Order: sequence, then C-alpha cells, then structure tokens
Amino acid sequence: MLEINQLEKCFGTTQVLKSIDLSVKPGELVFVIGPSGSGKSTMLRCCNRLEEPTSGSILLDSEHVTECHGRALDKMRLKIGMVFQGFHLYPHKSVLANVMLAQVKALKRSKPEAKARAMEMLEHVGLAHKADAMPSELSGGQQQRVAIARALALDPKVMLFDEPTSALDPELVGSVLKVMKQLRQEGMTMLVVSHEMEFAREAADRVVFMDGGVVVEAGPPEDIFGNPKSERLRAFLSRLQPTTAA
Amino acid sequence: MSNFIDLFFNLDIMAQAWPLLLKGLIITLKLCAVVILLGLAGGLLLALGALSPRKWLKWPTIGFIDLFRALPPLVVLIFVYSGLPFAGLELTPFMAVVLAFFLNNSAYFAEVFRAGIQSVPKGQPEAAQATGLSQVQSLVHVILPQAIRNVLPDLLSNTVEVVKLTSLASVVSLSELLYSANMARSITYNSSPLVLAALIYLAILWPLVRLISRYQRGLAEH
Ligand SMILES: Nc1ncnc2c1ncn2[C@@H]1O[C@H](COP(=O)(O)OP(=O)(O)OP(=O)(O)O)[C@@H](O)[C@H]1O
Ligand SMILES: [Mg+2]
Repeated sequence: MLEINQLEKCFGTTQVLKSIDLSVKPGELVFVIGPSGSGKSTMLRCCNRLEEPTSGSILLDSEHVTECHGRALDKMRLKIGMVFQGFHLYPHKSVLANVMLAQVKALKRSKPEAKARAMEMLEHVGLAHKADAMPSELSGGQQQRVAIARALALDPKVMLFDEPTSALDPELVGSVLKVMKQLRQEGMTMLVVSHEMEFAREAADRVVFMDGGVVVEAGPPEDIFGNPKSERLRAFLSRLQPTTAA
Repeated sequence: MSNFIDLFFNLDIMAQAWPLLLKGLIITLKLCAVVILLGLAGGLLLALGALSPRKWLKWPTIGFIDLFRALPPLVVLIFVYSGLPFAGLELTPFMAVVLAFFLNNSAYFAEVFRAGIQSVPKGQPEAAQATGLSQVQSLVHVILPQAIRNVLPDLLSNTVEVVKLTSLASVVSLSELLYSANMARSITYNSSPLVLAALIYLAILWPLVRLISRYQRGLAEH
C-alpha cells in the first residue's frame, strides 16, 4: 500500500533521514517510535511531501508520490490523510466548515454531499453535536477528533498520525486513541508516530524503532517491547519506562 | 468673539462654498476608492512577492516596498506629475495622484499584509496542503482570512492615512476637497470654507479612528 524506499532527507548539510525503507500493507497499523530528533516527523512529512525528500521514492498503491507535481500532487495528497500533533484546525471556520472545506474545494463534492459526509464523519468520532461550534470552543481531544474527521472525510487510502495525543491532557488521550482503534478495526491503513506504548502493544501490527535517521529495528510489538535486540532500542525503552526495564 | 465666528464659522459663507466643496468631496472620495482598492490589490501581490521563496522575486519586491515606504509621498507625487513629462509621459492630475499614491500606499499595505500572513501559524497552510488544497486555495480559504483578521486595525489605520494623503493632491491642482476649500477661501476672503473642509474630513475619519481604537482594545482584552 505505502512503500518508502531508500528515503533520505537532508536539511542543509545535516542528514536527518538515512536510507529509510518501510512498507505498510493494506489494513496494517504500523507504529513508529524513537527518541526526539530521530526523524520520525520528517519521515511522515516526506510521505505527503510537506517535506521534499532529498532522494529515494515513496509509492502509494504503486503510484509514485515522489514524482507528482502541482495539481497531481494536490490530488495525491487527497489519498493521504494526515493528523498533526497540534491539530491545526482552521480557527476561523466552524467544525462543520473545517470538515467540508477540502471536500468542496479539492474533491469538488457538492456542498450538500460534503455536508452529509462531514456529518457522517463527525458522528463517527462522536462529535456530530459540535458541528456548529468553533474549534476554540472544543477541548484538545475534541479538536483532534475533528482533525481526524477532516482527514477521513476525503476517503484517504492511508492515514498518517504524527504524535496525535502528545499535546493532550492525559485524561483526553483515551478518546482519541479510541477513535484510532475503531479506525483500525474498520481496516484503515495507518502509519502512526506516537509515544503511547500501551496503544502500540494493543493495536499495532508492527512497531518500527527509529534512531538517528535510520530504522534500527522493526517487528511485531511483542518482539520489540518484549525482546528488543539492539542496544539502542533497549536503552530507549528503559529510559521511557524505567520500571519495566530489564 | 463675533469677529472670530465671522472669520471661521460663518454659516452664510459655508453655505455659499458648499456646492464647490461637495464637488471636491466627490473627487476626494473617488480618489480614495481607487487608491485604496489598487493599494490593497497591489499590497497583497507585493506581500506575496516579498514572502516568496524565489530570490529573484523576493528581493526586488522588498526593494520596491522599502523604496516607496521611505520616499515622502509628496516627492513621489511631484516627480510623477512634473518629472515624468520630461520623459514624454504626461498624466492628468487625477492619474498622477492615483499613480503616486498607489506606489506609496501599496508599499504600506504590503507591509501590513506581510505581517498578517506571517502571523498565521505554519501548521495552517500545512493542514490545508495535506488535505489536497492547492496553494492558491490555501491562501484564499485558510491563510488570508486569518491574516486579515489579525491585522485589521492596521489595514483600517492605513485606510485613514490614505484619506488624509489625498489632501496632498491639492499641490498638483487636483480640485479635491482641500483644493476646493482653499479656492473658496480665496474667493470669499474668509477661512470658513477651510473649517468646513476640516469638519468633513473629521466626519469621515473620526468614526474610523474610533472603530480602530475599539478594535485594538478588543484585541488587547482577548
Ligand atoms: N525544517 C527543518 N530545518 C532544519 N532542521 C530540521 C527541520 N525539521 C527538522 N529538522 C531536524 O531534523 C531532525 C529530525 O527532526 P524530526 O522532527 O523529524 O524528529 P522527530 O523524531 O519527529 O522528533 P520529536 O519526537 O521531537 O518530534 C531534528 O534534529 C530536527 O532538528
Ligand atoms: Mg516529531
């Protein structure tokens, strides 16, 4: 479904990603962990070209994401949903208008059609009753669920999540993870960067550990958390959860 | 005292001068409308140019903005009106004023728009692009509405400045409000027409100035 081949990214002279290979199969939830600055966000942002890869290729359903330009790139991005740490809802638009905008302007759906789809998606994330609210009137968890609905309304083939719960108060994290679990059950293909290890254990098909711009280790969550092979992963996990460290 | 009222607040003379001043007011308003609309459009384009990642576009645009923000508008006006004819380009007073103030004013609006666009967090256009909106759509539907809201008091202040600026047009004998008032003064040997003109400026600008103050206080409270 999503294939990342020998992806490299430099900012000026510093190389942030060094030959990343990663693939996500249809319906799979791949979880990416790693220390701060390891390049997780950069990798995710290369997948929809918010960052321009320095070299390497990214394919979505065997179409080259990395070779699209202009309108073709805009179209390609419709197939790649992205959820940000900071939500980035449009503050000047109502919740409903947030979820409708790209449907109308990019997908060219009619307004009634877009509205129906938006309401459906808001229902899905449990926020249909907030359709007329402004984003500033919502809690962080609610804003993030609206952001998820905004991405889902475009019927993406894959969803990218960049630390979707990191900006949330602990008591609000659960509501967002619940929506993500639900998505997974419905068969959405997902690439998730997060520090929610509990969630990874429960919901991930595969966990990828990145450090220093390379994929150090990848495997099923049982192996990654239960039987880490590399020293770097062991160090990372012990720093994260000192109590469970071996 | 009655002498003072006679000289400055003579209602008869004001009534006499009114038709002339009305003509002047209409020219002033036309001038304002044209200069503000052109200035807004030009300012937006200049702001986009100044924020462009393309260096060949960015630096000349910034140079242009700086130049016309630094040059006194009266200098530009006299150059356009009296200097350009030497190069074979003769403009009517109205056209000269429009051109000179457009140059000045678009540079000012450009700075305001630039500040506004830069005040919008980077995540906004990223969210827009990630949902497949084109750059233009992202600009129109996501960035500009927020940018304009953030700098609305400055846009309004600039508009006030334009209205004041138009009084400079009297220098090139464009019969706008001030020129007409001054003419009426010289015909009637009485300053009341000037006072009337001042009152008209006040009537137009005072509500705007109030609005700006209120808006700025509103922003500060939030
Ligand atoms: N636009 C940029 N210009 C220069 N350097 C950048 C830029 N964006 C990211 N970097 C650098 O690239 C490296 C990787 O950053 P990235 O945000 O991908 O890390 P991350 O794994 O997502 O970290 P975190 O867990 O803190 O979010 C960091 O060293 C960062 O300083
Ligand atoms: Mg990150």
